[in-house]
Amino acid sequence: MHLGTEGFQEHARQALKDEPLQNALHLLTNEFVPRRVAAMQALGDPEALRTQARAVKEQAVAQLDTYLEQFADNLDKLGAHVHWAHDDAEARDIITSIAQQAEAKVIVKGKSMAAEEIHLNPHLEELGYEVLETDLGEYIIQLAEETPSHIIAPAIHKTRQQIASLLHDKLGDPYTEELTDMTQIARRALRQQFLRADVGITGVNFAIADTGSIVLVTNEGNGRLSSTLPRVHIALMGMEKIIPRLDDLPVMLKVLTNSATGQKISSYVTMITGPRRAHDLDGPEELHVVVMDNGRSNILGSENREALYCLRCGACLNVCPIYQNIGGHAYGWVYPGPIGAVLTPLFTGLDTAKHLPRASTLCGACREACPVKINIPHMLLNLRRQSVSRGGAPAGEAPLFSLWAWVMRHPGLYRLGLKLARLGQMPFARRGWLGKLPPPFHSWTKSRDFKAVAPQSFRDRWQTTLQYEQPSRNGAGGGHHE
Amino acid sequence: MTEPTGRRRPTRVALFVTCLGDAFYPQVGEATVRLLHRLGIAVDFPLGQTCCAQPAFNAGFHDQTRLVAQRNLTLFADYEYVVVPSGSCTAMIRLFYPDLFAEDPHLHQQAKSLAARTYELSEFLFNVVGTDDVGAAFAGKVAYHASCHLQRELGVTEAPRRLISRVAGVEACDAEMSEQCCGFGGTFAVKYPEISSAMLEKKIASLQRAGADTLVSCDAGCLMHIAGRLRRQGMDVRVMHLAELLNTGHSAEEPHHASGN
Repeated sequence: MHLGTEGFQEHARQALKDEPLQNALHLLTNEFVPRRVAAMQALGDPEALRTQARAVKEQAVAQLDTYLEQFADNLDKLGAHVHWAHDDAEARDIITSIAQQAEAKVIVKGKSMAAEEIHLNPHLEELGYEVLETDLGEYIIQLAEETPSHIIAPAIHKTRQQIASLLHDKLGDPYTEELTDMTQIARRALRQQFLRADVGITGVNFAIADTGSIVLVTNEGNGRLSSTLPRVHIALMGMEKIIPRLDDLPVMLKVLTNSATGQKISSYVTMITGPRRAHDLDGPEELHVVVMDNGRSNILGSENREALYCLRCGACLNVCPIYQNIGGHAYGWVYPGPIGAVLTPLFTGLDTAKHLPRASTLCGACREACPVKINIPHMLLNLRRQSVSRGGAPAGEAPLFSLWAWVMRHPGLYRLGLKLARLGQMPFARRGWLGKLPPPFHSWTKSRDFKAVAPQSFRDRWQTTLQYEQPSRNGAGGGHHE
Repeated sequence: MTEPTGRRRPTRVALFVTCLGDAFYPQVGEATVRLLHRLGIAVDFPLGQTCCAQPAFNAGFHDQTRLVAQRNLTLFADYEYVVVPSGSCTAMIRLFYPDLFAEDPHLHQQAKSLAARTYELSEFLFNVVGTDDVGAAFAGKVAYHASCHLQRELGVTEAPRRLISRVAGVEACDAEMSEQCCGFGGTFAVKYPEISSAMLEKKIASLQRAGADTLVSCDAGCLMHIAGRLRRQGMDVRVMHLAELLNTGHSAEEPHHASGN
């Protein structure tokens, strides 16, 4: 279960104290970030690629209706079934009824954030299906009865030792911390399940309008097994996953894998164009593509439209100094990190998720890392403004800023304010610093000193001396740089 | 000395000192004025100025932001150049003022004009004045903290580093996390103190690893945040604004002294 977004501050506090989590996050920061930076640099002109990739998403989202229609027509011609889901409940119902018609008992799943978004697993399990995650990270999370804490590395919050114990406890194999042995244990357990499964459910990385193809990008081949071995394949996608042309795919793949894992290409890229044909040796008998809106139309018509360009690569999480410190679970819902701080309020409502856009220094590292240059910090600012206009500002802030604006509009008052602050701080200031501040600023001084207001402000210095000083007549300083 | 080509060297600017600079770091504004004087540039300080209004803007209070920001449109209307010793406040004026007044054609025009005339100090020196050597001298192992708005909103990355590297006696020892946020973020530091402090800890650890004895940045907000923790820990690292560093080697009593480079 997700923690929920309302208790963000408390969840973040707990996360900061969670030592195994901190160790895991340290590894993430030190490994993922340099790997991505090096990989992108090796591409020659990463800036040009990002511009190109963004243009593809801009075009796709600007004419989403046209491309979706084209995609659906092509799927239809290929003999696949297209289903439109307005919201999460409808998506779950569609998937359930496909599973019912297939008389399924066992369902294998490839990694899908869209499925996480609609909380598909608990729903199917409640109905009595045996649901198995086949991505190693997702499998670990399922065994631990947790939720993913990262978009592409769902179990990143777990240390090797924690995973070793988990595999030992749940599967009964001898305890080992050897990565190869651990992988083999999981592989053995999973392979059997692929053969038993009646239905495979996967996500979609790209949906290509002009061919009706869906593209899966994985490193373990689990997406390929989930989509070919079972009789029925259900692919669930957010409607923004569309790209106009097959020709757009190379650049999108390049920016996706390099940004996500620093790989030139992932171990597996699976392109599925329709269900098994008469002369095909493998593939599912039925292919169902579930295209989900679930709030995306609202984002499309809003100032936060570019949130729909997201490729779910996770690069913004890895570089985010907030994520690096608190991990993914503290964000409280499916999508963590900077893009999560945008998507979660848009999907689940700004009133409950109002902490997320505020819990950012707006440092912009996310935008710098994003393969499609999504301006996350500016969207966080949009969301803060929207939250304020909905009455969601933290208690006391509205009168505080009204008072602030009044003072800042009147330089005389502002000057008086400085004088009063100087008087008020006198008993507490030590060599120009304060060790303690009154509420609501006391949280600053828990770990840091605060600068005391200077005995003489700049404007005082200006008026007493600086305004009478003159510039050097020959302007001799300052050699010109080449 | 060679003059920058194809561009007239500025002779007069307005200083927007910022509210943090005014109240907490007056020596930064003072160093800026004297530095510009040394370069032969006259400085005006419109006394009606207070704040760029970023605190309210970042908190989502746009009406209050506009009330304060609008005054700056008028106060600085007649200056060819407005120089700001802060990347953050420059970004506020250059990037967000035009959006804030998008509804009113007249104010929008004024905001766009101000945006085009406003420069952060290091980019003004490097790109407009065309200098990377202002004849300063300072003995120390200096790490540069790239403030977020300066590097990522304004895209100013080379100017401060070049200016620092040309200060005589400086040993540049870039901390490996030079570009990482210090965790200040305005009211963020107060609203989410634990996360903010955790970010600050990492920043300071990288500073220690770099073996720096001096930290230089272009934003008083970051400096106040980092220095506040260094002081609390009793760590002996000097924290300076770029303007102060660039004004070293020139005693306060000799503001007219021209560098002999």
